[in-house]
Amino acid sequence: MNNGFEPQIVAFTCNWCSYAAADLAGTSRIPYPPNVRIIRVMCSGMVDPIYVLRAFEAGFDGVLVAGCHIGDCHYISGNVKAEDRIAKLRRLLHTLGVEDERLRLEWISAAEGGGFAETIKELVGQLKELGPSPFRKETAA
Amino acid sequence: MAERKSDVKTGVYVCHCGSNIAGTVDVEEVTRFAQEQGSVAVARNYKFMCSEPGQALIKQDIEELGLNRVVVAACSPRMHEPTFRHLCETARLNPYLLHMCNIREQCSWVHKSGATEKAEALISAAISRAYYLEPLQRREVPVSPAVLVVGGGIAGIQAALKAADAGRKVYLVEREPSIGGHMAQLDKTFPTLDCSACILTPRMAAVKTHLNIELMTYSEVVDVQGYVGNFKVAIRRKPRYVDESLCTGCGICQDKCPWKAENKFDCGLGQRKAIYTPFPQAVPNVPVIDPEHCVYILRDGKCGACLKFCERGAIDFNQTEKTVELEVGAIIVATGYDLLDPSEIGRLGYKRFPNVITSLEFERLCNATGPTGGHIVVNGQEPKSVAIIHCVGSRDRKYHEYCSRVCCMYALKFSHLIREKIEGASVYQFYIDMRCYGKGFEEFFQRAASEGATFIRGKPARVTDLALSDEERGKLVVVCENTLLGAVMRVAVDLVILCPAMEARADARDVARLFNLSQSADGFLQERHAKLEPVATTNDGVFVAGCAQGPKDIPDTVAQALAGAAEALALIDTGSVELQAATATVDEALCQGCGRCEEICEFHAPTVSINGRLIPVSSINEAMCKGCGVCAVACPTGAISIRHFTRQQILAEVEALSGVPV
Repeated sequence: MNNGFEPQIVAFTCNWCSYAAADLAGTSRIPYPPNVRIIRVMCSGMVDPIYVLRAFEAGFDGVLVAGCHIGDCHYISGNVKAEDRIAKLRRLLHTLGVEDERLRLEWISAAEGGGFAETIKELVGQLKELGPSPFRKETAA
Repeated sequence: MAERKSDVKTGVYVCHCGSNIAGTVDVEEVTRFAQEQGSVAVARNYKFMCSEPGQALIKQDIEELGLNRVVVAACSPRMHEPTFRHLCETARLNPYLLHMCNIREQCSWVHKSGATEKAEALISAAISRAYYLEPLQRREVPVSPAVLVVGGGIAGIQAALKAADAGRKVYLVEREPSIGGHMAQLDKTFPTLDCSACILTPRMAAVKTHLNIELMTYSEVVDVQGYVGNFKVAIRRKPRYVDESLCTGCGICQDKCPWKAENKFDCGLGQRKAIYTPFPQAVPNVPVIDPEHCVYILRDGKCGACLKFCERGAIDFNQTEKTVELEVGAIIVATGYDLLDPSEIGRLGYKRFPNVITSLEFERLCNATGPTGGHIVVNGQEPKSVAIIHCVGSRDRKYHEYCSRVCCMYALKFSHLIREKIEGASVYQFYIDMRCYGKGFEEFFQRAASEGATFIRGKPARVTDLALSDEERGKLVVVCENTLLGAVMRVAVDLVILCPAMEARADARDVARLFNLSQSADGFLQERHAKLEPVATTNDGVFVAGCAQGPKDIPDTVAQALAGAAEALALIDTGSVELQAATATVDEALCQGCGRCEEICEFHAPTVSINGRLIPVSSINEAMCKGCGVCAVACPTGAISIRHFTRQQILAEVEALSGVPV
């Protein structure tokens, strides 16, 4: 099923760890699928649940929020707050019929370029299995 | 400020970066795409946007076409955002009206197909975001003109001396009773064979006498607050139980003290007293009482030999721990390294056989102030044959993948010292590769080889005392596949010296947290950029030098230390630092004064107060705000927003990205 379906993903990555990890994946020339578009934020704790909701509303099939490992946050505990908010948001998305796999929270340090690429590969694979988001407009079908 | 959005004029500049971008992304197509976007007045591409002609192109457009937004689609903003912001300033455009679009690291370098489409999506998002950007004012605050150096090894010593010579106040904090670090434990240094103490101790003495340096030994940094240029640091000073201002360093207390403990400075090979100076050239030359072994402290005043014999009355058992607070503008972290404990690698026999020792233990045996007075004697005997095993825990996936960079060279130095001190001794070097890359290193290798060491290429499987022949009886046998001969060899020797990996300090993680630094995958402290910012860190105003950043030899350590001093001085000498402009801001009309921001902020930036209004509202202390945005998300009325990362700006990106399919 879903032959030729290419999921569209938006990633909110923190400036200090995960955005730097994506840069490192580039510097190290570690390939991953082009389905992801990155938006740089200063901290995962800056990601307003509205951004995630709006991304689904706009037709994205998956959203990645990525920050520093717990304990390594440049702002001490922004990632802890992000974790808390994402957990609550997940419940809300669940009631809207959005599958759990579509919203992913990941801690990726500035040294983990390979980890960033792996996360994207995995997420693209999972979303291909799941098919288009229930909110996606009927254009791609 | 009444800029109508219809007045927005954006210039888009697509960089080829040679073939780095243009090799994968169709830059002509992307430029055409950009040209068609709403607010775009001009879109161009060029071979290297960061080059002088590339920058001139942008500057000319800003001035002649009256651009008020600039989008540069090139490398990561972590690379060249400062370059293009500076360019905007020279063209009298507010630098915050620039947006960089990462089409190299996050596009052309990682995608073969689909890179052009992705670049278009990213550029469309950048143009949309740029549309909503606002000019911001950079703010400056004065700096505290002092430097804190953490760690008193050769890195810390050199950094402190250089900054102090430049006329700045320097605090040098060392947790051990004396400065000197690992270098003080070494005997000779490669490749010149200078005596380590002879070149180090004059520098140690200079630290003590320098008018601009305040030395705090037996002390540790316990808290760091504030920000670049204005750090507030708390230092815990452990009680020495000896008054530094009264002690003359005569040493009678150490002669009379009846209690002994393992001498850590000699790697446990000898003993020291409960009151001790770690080594004869210690700075400060003031002993310290070890509370774990002093019977006066352990048994409530029984003993007191030192008290009785000290003519100056310098012994003071009433000393207590103190915390000192300092204000500094810059911090240099030079906390050094640990040696891997080879007992983790059971097959090499360390701690099982007394004649298997580490390189650092061997340094102490060779040293005239060491436990044997500089005679190589193990188990009461002078070894006639010695095996030196390289790469113990280095270049080994089970322990550390990296090369420790100094072992090949000091192993060659050992060859030379052994043959100098023990006539007719045979030395076997068990190596994987000889890495003699530095200035004078290859020449030293040739010299040591010609002096008659045997080189065996291979990684020893084990060290055993099970003899298979009469020659092996009573000796240690190194079992190793010689990979050049393709045969297993058994080499019987009297002494085995292991070259353990240099590894990140056991508490490197705590240090990283304390100073808000990152660690690389190998545990060492991470520099900001491997090539161009080798001593800066992700925390502005904090620099790293020496082996805390990764294994290195003394010349490299000193070079980094001096670089650290230069960075610290460059920061302090401008007199002021620029603060984060992208801070939180409160819309007072929306704020209900609930105080959620106050509760959630780690940096105490928001305060809710009534300040003459009808209801209390929040206000942000911009000097303390780090711009993380946690409060903006938490604010239930949406009164708080983060400059340069507003909801409108980020949602504009989301919308634009969704418009260009994968």
